[in-house]
Formats: sequence, structure tokens, C-alpha cells
Amino acid sequence: MHIDLIGLIAAAAAPANVSEWIDTYGKMLVEGIWGTIYMTMVSTIIGYLFGLPMGVLLTVTRKDGLKPNALVYKVLDVIANIVRSIPFLILLILLIPFTRALVGKSYGTTAVIVPLSIAAIPFIARMVESSLTEVDAGVIEAARSMGASNMQIITRVLLVEGRTSLIVNATIAMGTILGYSAMAGTVGGGGLGDIAVRYGYNRYIYDVMFVTVALLIILFQIFQTYGMFFANHFDRRKSTTLKAGSLIFFIVFSVIMGAAAGVGIIQFIRTMFLR
Amino acid sequence: MSEISIRHLSKTFQSADGTVEALKDVSIEISSGDIYGIIGMSGAGKSTLVRCINYLEVPSQGEVLIDGHELGSYSESELRAQRKNIGMIFQHFNLLMQKSVLENVCFPLYIQGKSKQEARKKAAELLEIVGLYDKQKAFPAQLSGGQMQRVAIARALASDPQILLCDEATSALDPQTTSSILELLGNINRDFGITIVIITHQMSVVREVCRHVAILKEGVVIEEGLVSDIFSHPKTEVARELIRKDILTDPETEKAALMSEIQGGDIIRIVFSENSAFEPVIANLILTFQEPVNILRANTRNVGGVAKGEMILQFMEYSQRKEAMKHYLKECGLAVEEAPEYAH
Repeated sequence: MHIDLIGLIAAAAAPANVSEWIDTYGKMLVEGIWGTIYMTMVSTIIGYLFGLPMGVLLTVTRKDGLKPNALVYKVLDVIANIVRSIPFLILLILLIPFTRALVGKSYGTTAVIVPLSIAAIPFIARMVESSLTEVDAGVIEAARSMGASNMQIITRVLLVEGRTSLIVNATIAMGTILGYSAMAGTVGGGGLGDIAVRYGYNRYIYDVMFVTVALLIILFQIFQTYGMFFANHFDRRKSTTLKAGSLIFFIVFSVIMGAAAGVGIIQFIRTMFLR
Repeated sequence: MSEISIRHLSKTFQSADGTVEALKDVSIEISSGDIYGIIGMSGAGKSTLVRCINYLEVPSQGEVLIDGHELGSYSESELRAQRKNIGMIFQHFNLLMQKSVLENVCFPLYIQGKSKQEARKKAAELLEIVGLYDKQKAFPAQLSGGQMQRVAIARALASDPQILLCDEATSALDPQTTSSILELLGNINRDFGITIVIITHQMSVVREVCRHVAILKEGVVIEEGLVSDIFSHPKTEVARELIRKDILTDPETEKAALMSEIQGGDIIRIVFSENSAFEPVIANLILTFQEPVNILRANTRNVGGVAKGEMILQFMEYSQRKEAMKHYLKECGLAVEEAPEYAH
């Protein structure tokens, strides 16, 4: 292994080289950052679109759930276990025909969203199930004593009381999906993972790989910090007095995250349906 | 007519160790506007019984009638509608921890499809009644146990119920808070005519607010009637045990001091009923028989609105006249019984 540490340090020390370096790789890295955010965001959103109802259904049909149904529970349970037992890299390859049928090609960021979402759904469903089964049975009983229907208990008790846990788990899910998206780089997935594989593994240009890894770490930190902040801020069991600085961070990142999610979804729909 | 009629109710649970009979052929009639206590040790089936009244637990056998309507005959949605008529509060309050006090009280109203504006107006009125008007915006985690139970009471009252079920509602509270919650329940019963069913393991709770009481042991009602009657004439050992526990946990009594005073002679319990409590019975007894008695303890309390007194007397160790003295006490209108539990 010849890691070009000296080259890297030299690059950092010499401004002329830095601007040259940025000219060479900057655009690609920015596109990589967006690619990663795009894949992570859209896959998380699609994952929750299906994973949340699946998780609710798992919670409700459990043996001690609101409406126990052994058959429904078992079917969902088995599906979740099957998908989760396949390593993501294998799932990615396994789903290539399906992805191609859906997106038209099997490489690139939009294509990777398909296996990412499919891997995320059962994972998210399990997270949701664990969050919702944590909700105090006494509160559910109180709601039943007031004449609440099962649907009202789900929307007004389970999802409300489980909120903090749901947000914490969403943060974990997002982090996991971010990691998976980088893994997709090995088969031409796009994003920062793709750059890291192409430059670090195929071409031995380590400085690019190091920067890529650093960018992945920073992205992960931002998601994680934001998620935990969000969870704690909305947890009414804790007294939350917000500092002005935290509030600004929160608002700025809420806007950025919201914008990223919105742009990502539009891009995904356009790539999927207007090709 | 009784508002709540429980007839030959049995409930069995299937557990890993086999079948558990939680309730066995329980029949209780609770009339409208009553405050009815159901007391028993833990595991006696009290909580199961109270949950049968709103069908959170479906009885294995027997029936529950509310205003003459059998709950078992209702469909799921009819049952939900019926539950709006039966409020319930719990030992651990069971509030939504993520919602404000006001929103918690609004909860049952939202469930009934009331508008936000309408629900909030009503909820604010209810919070006024329970004395928490200024805590509307607070979250449950910021409240004390007593305050949380008040919120739960306001929430239970939001749907204008005819019946309020209290499942060990004061068991997690300290004695002072318990008294204030019981007082609130008493006021609600008086002001709104709501029938209240109180599940508890503390006789003091029954003594303070209930008019009628049923004593439950191992799923069977072993004694039932007016609280004042049961306090003055407990028929079963369980009832006596519960009353004794109440006396011993009474802060005015010091068990140890009481025990050390006891010497030799037979000990009896005399119970004052009606208004005889204020006659100088003991003084007259001593003057008549010219023989002292040892007053081990004496206590007059308000039981279900009637002044009740109880005394533990000890005769002289070699008294020859104790039977005559007991007879004298009985003639004065007092209940006399042996109280060997104080002898050791």
C-alpha cells in the first residue's frame, strides 16, 4: 500500500496546488455530495412511505396488539426477515432486473434508490414496530376507555406518544441508508461512495478518497446531530429551553433538509417518469 | 333502579400455568349517584371487575347492565359509544406525555369529533373545576402526581359521563394528596350526580368517601353493604383485617406505644353507632361497677357522613365482672366484640 501521504500534505500546504486540485475534482465532489444526499433522502422517504404502515401493521397485529392477527403478523414478519437477511450488496445485484424494468438502467443514483428503498422498508418497519410497542399500555387503555377506535389510537396515541423514539430511529435509519448508498458505489451507484471506490480502489488516488470519506463523515454527523436535536426538542417529557444558537442551527438545517428532500423527490419523479 | 348491575359475573384467564379464575360469580348492584367502593388485597380481582364495567375486559360469564342495557349485546361501535358515558381514571394517570394539559383534556372530545375550538373551551372549564386552570399549557411531566390525577379527572369528565370508574386512583399518591383527590371526587359526585366506583386496597379511601362497599377476596364478594355498617359490624375476617390496617396506618395511632401498654386482662372492641358516641358511657360504666377499665385506644371519625367511634378497652386482669360489664355496654347500644388482635 502506497498511500500518498506526502503528496496529500503537500497539496494541503501549497495553495496553488489546492486550487488546482479543486479545479480538477471540485465539481465531481459537489455532484457526489448531492448524489449521496439525493439517494439517502429519497430512499428514506420512500422507505417510510411503505415502512411506516408496515411497522404500524406489525404493531397492531402482534399477539398483544390492538387487533391481534397471527396470519398477517406472520406474513409481514417473514417478509421483513427475508429482506433483512440478504446482505445489501447481494440484494443490489439481485434486484438489477427489477431496477432496470423500473428505472430503465441499473446504475446511477436514481437506479440505486430502488434497492436502497427495498432494503430500507423492512428495516424501517422493524424500527417503527419497536418504537410503537414501547408506548405505555396504560395510555392505550385510557384511550380505549374513552371510546377511541383502533384507528384513533394509532393516529392520536401511538404515533404521538412514540414520536421521540420514531425520530431517533429515523435518524438511525437515515444513517444506515447513507452507509448503504456508499456501498452501492461498488456497482456504479453514484454519489460519494462511487467516487471513493473509483478513485481509491480502482485508480489509487488516495487524496480524493480521503476527502470523500471526510465528506461522508461530515454528512453523517450533520444528519445525526440534526435528528437527535429534533427528537429532543419535541420530547415533552423533557423541559426544553432553546438557546438562540441552537434554534438558528435547527431552523437553517430544517430548511436545508426540507429543500434537499423536496428537490430530491422532484428529481426522482422526473428521472423515473419523464425519461 | 340500579345504574350498574353486575350479575353472576365470572372471568377466567388462560395463562401458562393453566386457567386463572379472576372473578367468581360476582353480583353487585350500584345505584345512581352512589359512591361505591370495591376493596380487596392485590390479586383479589378488583381491577378485572372494574374493567368489566366498561367492557375493557369481556366477562367469561354473566352480564353487566348499565341503565338496564346489557353491554354484551352491544356491537363494537355501540360499545365505544357507551364508553363515552363511563369515564375512567387510573393509578398511573395514563396521560399523553407528549401533549399539553389542555390537549389531554381535549382528547376525548376530539375522539367524539368535536372541533378544536369547542373542545378547548370545554377543557378549560373542566380544568377550572379541578383547580388547574393556570396549568393549561404545561406538560404532564412538569406536574406533581396529584396534579396529573386532576388532569386525568378533568379528562374523564370531558365527555359528560354518568359513571366514573377509579382504578386505584390514589394508590400512587401521598396521604395528603389522596385526601384532596378524594375530596374532589366527593364534590364531583355531589355537584354533577355522577356515580363513582372506586377500586382500592386502602380502607381509608373507602372510609373517607364511599357510601357502599364490597369486599373482594380471591374473586368472590365476601361482604357488601353500607360503609358505616361494615365499619361498625365487620362480619368477615378480611373486613376486620382491613379495618385494623386502616387504624394502624392512621397517623394518630402509634402501634408500638399501644402494644406496650397492654397488660393482662381481656381486651374488647366497642363500637359506637348512631349518636351514642358523645354519651359518657365509659364513665358511667366505671361508676356503676366500681371497677376501672383500661382505655387502650379511642378514636372517633367521620365514616360516610356518620360520626363513628371505636374504643379498645381492657378489663382488669382478674376481673370477675367483665361479662356483666359487656352486657351493660351492649345495653347502651354499642357493639361489643373480642379484640384479641391487640393482645400480643
